[in-house]
Amino acid sequence: MSAISSNGAQTHPICLTLNGQPRTLQVHPWVTLLDLLREQLDLVGTKKGCDHGQCGACTVLRDGKRVNACLTLAIMCDGADLVTIEGLASGDVLHPMQRAFITHDAFQCGYCTPGQICSAVGLAHEGRADNREAIREQMSGNLCRCGAYANIVAAVEEALPLMRDGIEPQRGQEP
Amino acid sequence: MTPFSYHKPNSVSEAVNLADACSHFIAGGTNLVDLMKENVVRPKRLIDISGLGLNGIHPTPGGGVLIGARVSNADLAWHPMIEQQYPLLSDAILAGASPQLRNMASTGGNLLQRTRCYYFYDTGTACNKREPGSGCPARTGMNRIHAILGASDACVATHPSDMCVALAALEAVVHVQGPSGERQIPFADFHRLPQDTPERDNQLAFDELVTGIELPPPMFEHHYRYLKIRDRASYAFALVSVAAALSFDGEVIRQGRLALGGVAHKPWRDLAVERMLVGQVPSEALFTRAAQTLLQGAQPLRHNGFKVTLAQRAIVRALDDAACGAADGGARP
Repeated sequence: MSAISSNGAQTHPICLTLNGQPRTLQVHPWVTLLDLLREQLDLVGTKKGCDHGQCGACTVLRDGKRVNACLTLAIMCDGADLVTIEGLASGDVLHPMQRAFITHDAFQCGYCTPGQICSAVGLAHEGRADNREAIREQMSGNLCRCGAYANIVAAVEEALPLMRDGIEPQRGQEP
Repeated sequence: MTPFSYHKPNSVSEAVNLADACSHFIAGGTNLVDLMKENVVRPKRLIDISGLGLNGIHPTPGGGVLIGARVSNADLAWHPMIEQQYPLLSDAILAGASPQLRNMASTGGNLLQRTRCYYFYDTGTACNKREPGSGCPARTGMNRIHAILGASDACVATHPSDMCVALAALEAVVHVQGPSGERQIPFADFHRLPQDTPERDNQLAFDELVTGIELPPPMFEHHYRYLKIRDRASYAFALVSVAAALSFDGEVIRQGRLALGGVAHKPWRDLAVERMLVGQVPSEALFTRAAQTLLQGAQPLRHNGFKVTLAQRAIVRALDDAACGAADGGARP
């Protein structure tokens, strides 16, 4: 049911699955998914880079597909299954993509990394990249100002066959 | 973002009856939400069309395809029917935006995205498209990315879409519904040139909703090329793009289609140039003549004169690739 918040504006209820857990939330229509995650739910792994869909730092998985949380209105996520960087690991067991990023030292400052990893997981789900050149093209929605691209591509290249072989942990498993 | 109210109707008729001059329909939101953050667009109401269906891709009785307005760019580009029968469209879509944006952005919304003119986005400057009558700083300012064809004193903006360039070449038809019923708009008539009302990008009334895009039966699945020239190798808007499509009778061109992006307020076609190709055997001389004719009326600005030569060369290369069947690795019959 719609409600009136403390500042007098109308909020709307949304029900969604977030990192495997069902959640019911009240949101203003103008709140983006990125601000909902960071400001209301304290899930600050998802980063705000440009806030205009140009850098990919806010990439999350919606129904298994990578999207920019900064351009997604939270109110339009009613019924969605969302996975953020916090939901990729299974307890202490890292997702193969996370492990590959560590193995290949695929970051420097780390700010773009959650978005890079979520984007790479989305890329794997799409199943359209089978070589280095395709990975480079299909990761072009994620900028890295440190320029760790070479190692990022190597990490994605290593993780893709692992994910194909079903080594991806089940989402939302608690330790 | 300026606060607004949110509505999610259950039918197209409910949606169009909710619409007024202060409302906006929202599908993927990739451009609209950004424009709202910048206060370039300030709707009082958003009408979410995600509850209306409009998300199928179906063959039509006439041998074409009807694409629902809410089909995502990624789903459209990778749909087997589109990849096989309209590969020009797949290529154009995949040349645009990023994978994340293509997962979000809708087919209908792609048609309605706004120009990326710097001045349009900067509310601290004048812009006839954003505030009619305020002026066009782009005409004398930083205009490297702006139009060289069909512009007006009031506006030199370009349409930013890749998908629309292919849809123009394929002669798609836009299905639209308003409170008084449905209508179909040929793609060439959908977008408009700026003239003295650049605030209007297209022919839609505020209460008309794009419900689908219809493609005629496939004719160009063997000889096509979408060539996009941009400042970086991926994830950038076109400086110039060319959608070229050819069909053949033996060695002779039966039909030629040519649409350009990045050069005008709408995907640019020149039917006289396309007719020049018919009945001819492909050659560099023919394609060069076509390219020069198409750009004859170009009126470059201070910083975008390079687009004239770039467009001519891109046309020749795209037509040559299309003739060779390079895009799908096949050979000309």
